[in-house]
Amino acid sequence: MIDVKNLYKKFGKNEVLKGIDLTIDRGGIFSVLGPNGSGKTTLIKCVLGMVLPDSGQIFIDGKPLKNNFKYRNEIDYLPQIANFPGNLKVSELIAMIKDLRDSKATKDEELIALFKLQPFLNKKLANLSGGTKQKVNLVLTFMFDSPLIILDEPTSGLDPISHLRLKNLINSEKEKGKTILVTSHILSFVEEIADEIVFLLEGKIYFKGSIPDLKAKTEQPDFEHAIASILSSSYA
Amino acid sequence: MLKILKYSFYDLMRSRWSYVYFLFYLLLGVVLLFLNNDLSKAVITLMNVIIILVPLIGTIFGVMYYYNSREFTELLLAQPVKRSSIFLGQYFGVATSLSMSLVIGLGMPFVFYGIFNSNAIWDFSLLLVTGAFLTFIFTALAFVIALSNENKIKGFGYAILLWLFMAVIYDGIFLMSLLYFEDYPLDKFSLVATMLNPVDLSRVLILLKLDISALLGYTGAVFQKFFGTSFGLVLSSALLALWVLVPTFFIWRIAKRKDF
Repeated sequence: MIDVKNLYKKFGKNEVLKGIDLTIDRGGIFSVLGPNGSGKTTLIKCVLGMVLPDSGQIFIDGKPLKNNFKYRNEIDYLPQIANFPGNLKVSELIAMIKDLRDSKATKDEELIALFKLQPFLNKKLANLSGGTKQKVNLVLTFMFDSPLIILDEPTSGLDPISHLRLKNLINSEKEKGKTILVTSHILSFVEEIADEIVFLLEGKIYFKGSIPDLKAKTEQPDFEHAIASILSSSYA
Repeated sequence: MLKILKYSFYDLMRSRWSYVYFLFYLLLGVVLLFLNNDLSKAVITLMNVIIILVPLIGTIFGVMYYYNSREFTELLLAQPVKRSSIFLGQYFGVATSLSMSLVIGLGMPFVFYGIFNSNAIWDFSLLLVTGAFLTFIFTALAFVIALSNENKIKGFGYAILLWLFMAVIYDGIFLMSLLYFEDYPLDKFSLVATMLNPVDLSRVLILLKLDISALLGYTGAVFQKFFGTSFGLVLSSALLALWVLVPTFFIWRIAKRKDF
């Protein structure tokens, strides 16, 4: 599905990605973890074509990304910070994104019902709370039926019920055979949903594998301690 | 690109500032016409306002729009839309809505005053066309500045400096050089120097059309000889168009290579 080869990126003097090689197969939930500034978002943005790598290549379904934009039809992306043009109403924003993607098969109504957004449809986006904006963000992401879903911190600002609904949503998408890429700092969330984790440390892939493998590698009894042991050994 | 243009345009049409800008011109037009009752004088006063204000509003609005819609741009970047379409669409959206505020805001009072029955219609049209050109030029320059500066404060600073240079300092340097080199024949130099700054170019174009170039003395005569011909008019229109095209090309090029 996604093939990343020898990816390098630096911003000014700050080397963020130092040679990433990563293959992600079709189907399943992959979680990208790592401390702040380890390059998670940069990696995801490279896959989306928002950040242009200094060297290295990315292929999606065998096709290189360079000078290509149509491949983004196959990706649903949830950005980290939900911020939309304040003058638009929620329903207009949804209609607009649909229009931009020329997509007919959408399930926005279902999702609006799921996140109980009906009372907000005619409100301007500037007047919504952070959590409600994140729900709109989720509707925009999940309303298309793309084979690859990328979620950057999907849980931020959500109340517990919406959090639960999001988890169910992610699992139901997975059952349809989709590939889902998630970054999150909430380890319990990751532990519950992820089939495989990719651990980034200082711009390199430190670990890729399942959670039990990670526990075995670090000789720790639970996931949180396993992550903590990687971090403390790297900072030591 | 047209879809992005449409949405940027709608977005701006609903913002309070477009209305403030529109109402300002409406009020200016009404006050000038109905209190003054002299069409030619009104056009000259308007020219002075437009020449200074349009570039300022274009720069500030362009920079502000770019920085305010940053997150939204990121949302668009993740959609299957070409990068260049996003930025060019936004630019044309801003520039078109600003030009419309200007043309409709000023046009309405003049239409009600009866501009169609007067021979000032061409002067007035030229005024609106140069105003629209200036909007497109300075909005494009603002987008170039905003795209190349991540830091908002810096971006605003450079934008204001650019406006100050084009609208005020350039003239100052120009005049100083005329005084300093007054012993030499300066008509060629002043022609070229005028043509290189879109603000000056617009001003001279309108002044000459108003047939008050006699006020400008010998240089005015030279200018009249040059700009009065169809060649001069075509050349100055081409230069104004070039002032739109070159920054637009830079928007396209910078957007293509930028990280978000």
